[in-house]
Amino acid sequence: MSENDATPLIEARKVTRILSGIVPTTLVHDIDLVVPAHEFLAITGPSGSGKSSLLYLLGLLDLPTSGEVLIRGRSTAHMSEEERARTRLETLGFVFQFHFLLPEFSVQENVMLPMRALGNLSIDAMRERANGLLGALGLGDHISKHPDQLSGGQRQRVAVARALANDPPLILADEPTGSLDSKASEQVFVILRELVDVYEKTVIAVTHDLPLATRMDRRVELMDGTIITDQWTSAPAEAG
Amino acid sequence: MNLVFGIALTHVRARARQTLVAVAGVATGVGFSIMMAALLQGSQQDFIRRLVNAMPHVTVSDERRKPTPQPGEAFYDSAEIHGLTPKARRRGIKNPLATMASLEGWVPGAVAPSVKVQAILRYASRDVGASVIGIEPRREPKVSDLPKQMRQGTLPALYRSTNAMILGDGLAAKIGARVGSNITVQTSEGVRINAQVVGLFHSGVRSVDDGTVYTLAKTAQILAQQIGLVNELRLRLGEAMAAPQAAARIERETGYKSVAWQEASEDLLNAFVIRNAIMYTVVGAILLVASFGTYNIISTITHEKARDIAIMKSLGFTERRVRAIFVVEAGLIGLIGALIGFALGYGLCAALGTITFKNPFTDVTRLPITYSPIHYAMAAAVAIVSSLAAGYLPARKAARVHPVDIIRGAA
Repeated sequence: MSENDATPLIEARKVTRILSGIVPTTLVHDIDLVVPAHEFLAITGPSGSGKSSLLYLLGLLDLPTSGEVLIRGRSTAHMSEEERARTRLETLGFVFQFHFLLPEFSVQENVMLPMRALGNLSIDAMRERANGLLGALGLGDHISKHPDQLSGGQRQRVAVARALANDPPLILADEPTGSLDSKASEQVFVILRELVDVYEKTVIAVTHDLPLATRMDRRVELMDGTIITDQWTSAPAEAG
Repeated sequence: MNLVFGIALTHVRARARQTLVAVAGVATGVGFSIMMAALLQGSQQDFIRRLVNAMPHVTVSDERRKPTPQPGEAFYDSAEIHGLTPKARRRGIKNPLATMASLEGWVPGAVAPSVKVQAILRYASRDVGASVIGIEPRREPKVSDLPKQMRQGTLPALYRSTNAMILGDGLAAKIGARVGSNITVQTSEGVRINAQVVGLFHSGVRSVDDGTVYTLAKTAQILAQQIGLVNELRLRLGEAMAAPQAAARIERETGYKSVAWQEASEDLLNAFVIRNAIMYTVVGAILLVASFGTYNIISTITHEKARDIAIMKSLGFTERRVRAIFVVEAGLIGLIGALIGFALGYGLCAALGTITFKNPFTDVTRLPITYSPIHYAMAAAVAIVSSLAAGYLPARKAARVHPVDIIRGAA
């Protein structure tokens, strides 16, 4: 990799997010988090602890009230809406608890959507890449189907393929197995694991599932919007 | 296919029934707008054509627009004159034959002399005021449609008897005269002649048909008590719309008041301006109402698609791109509606064009319809612009959706 490994892939510095209102609500408070490349990080915590809020802030879907998020050492604090959108397209891939595929489009078209939005490839190349990703995720026979013709696990795998469409270095997953049965959950987990181990991606996943979290490289636990635990569940490949 | 266009097309196709209703609204608006414009412009053009045919394009009278300046006014910068009685002037155009010859030298059209006298027609104890116009029947067909407007008798019949007259059919009806009736014509100067009705005409302009009598020029001269009098020159031009320029030049060269048909009918033409303003307002209102349908469908789609919008934004779609999707959807509805509206409008015009009207004085007539590409272009432009505007408002709202709010709500 040409990337300088000394620079974290993503970093949160003193990030606080307060929802304004009659009674202001603090979602996350004073979060410092450094995530190097090729890491499989779990964010855990009870409901309302700020897990998803932190993920959305890291994914540039939300803006911190104070503090800043840096991607590859570059602050995103003063980025315009267009720059943030471009950064999401090039650097980030999202997988949500619910697949959130566009129902009118085929599986292949859903996977091609981020590629078409970025517009770096020809349509044929996009189609080829989409088919390759879907094939690698065991969905080669379903490319022409629409989301409502797939099982929950298959839809979530399509969502993973869509997150990988533009080959981003960072995958953000919000309860990716939350709506799946145990078999499908395991399939999705194995895929995410492979993304880190084989494809050298960085995955940050919010999960309630503690046994699943312990199988990831590192676990950050939140409580009332602050980090209370940040621990390695296994020795990081290059950390130690 | 372009991404924005592709998504827009997919949304529109996925809601075929709702889209069809919105498209039908726009198409109806466009179709009826085209029909109304075609009908109103058609009737306007038909009326103007009748007007132009019924009267000379330029009328040169023996009057002057401004009174002749007094010598004192010419000598001093400022002069005030009291108690002056204008000198009695001999009526008529001076040396009319030479003036006519001069005009025929450059005017692109024909010139005919006439003698206009106000008189009272008396028949069967009924008195009606009328303009008696003395004409030369051989020249008249070159400057007016009088021969075509004859309902009974012919123009040369004026030569057949002494003091022969052709009456407007409305005037004849007023006094109860028919062809062959002997009527009495009397002027304010006390000149009285007996005349015979030898024909009736119908120009289609009520004021003319109810108050005009044609006779030979020499008969009118007798009524005016001035042999050789010509107090009007009437011109028919090759191009009726060029009348104001020709009138201005004639007035400059001869000094006599020259009135183009546009000036003579200024109040009517002004009424058309108001009529057109009303027409375009009504057409605009129809299309505006149609755009509410577009607003409704785009609002519904954006509401239903809130989750998809959030997902697209989380993937990296910009606000501008999301907005463009829904604006394109509105544009598609407007465009398809306009195209269907073209066919509807053309069909309505064709159907209206087949309706016939019959009356005892004219041949069978049809509703006057003007087919103009401008009507189609205008209706389409208003429909598409109003659709885009109707789509823009919900599109702007949709583009501002905060993805986190929707994703949290869905979770």
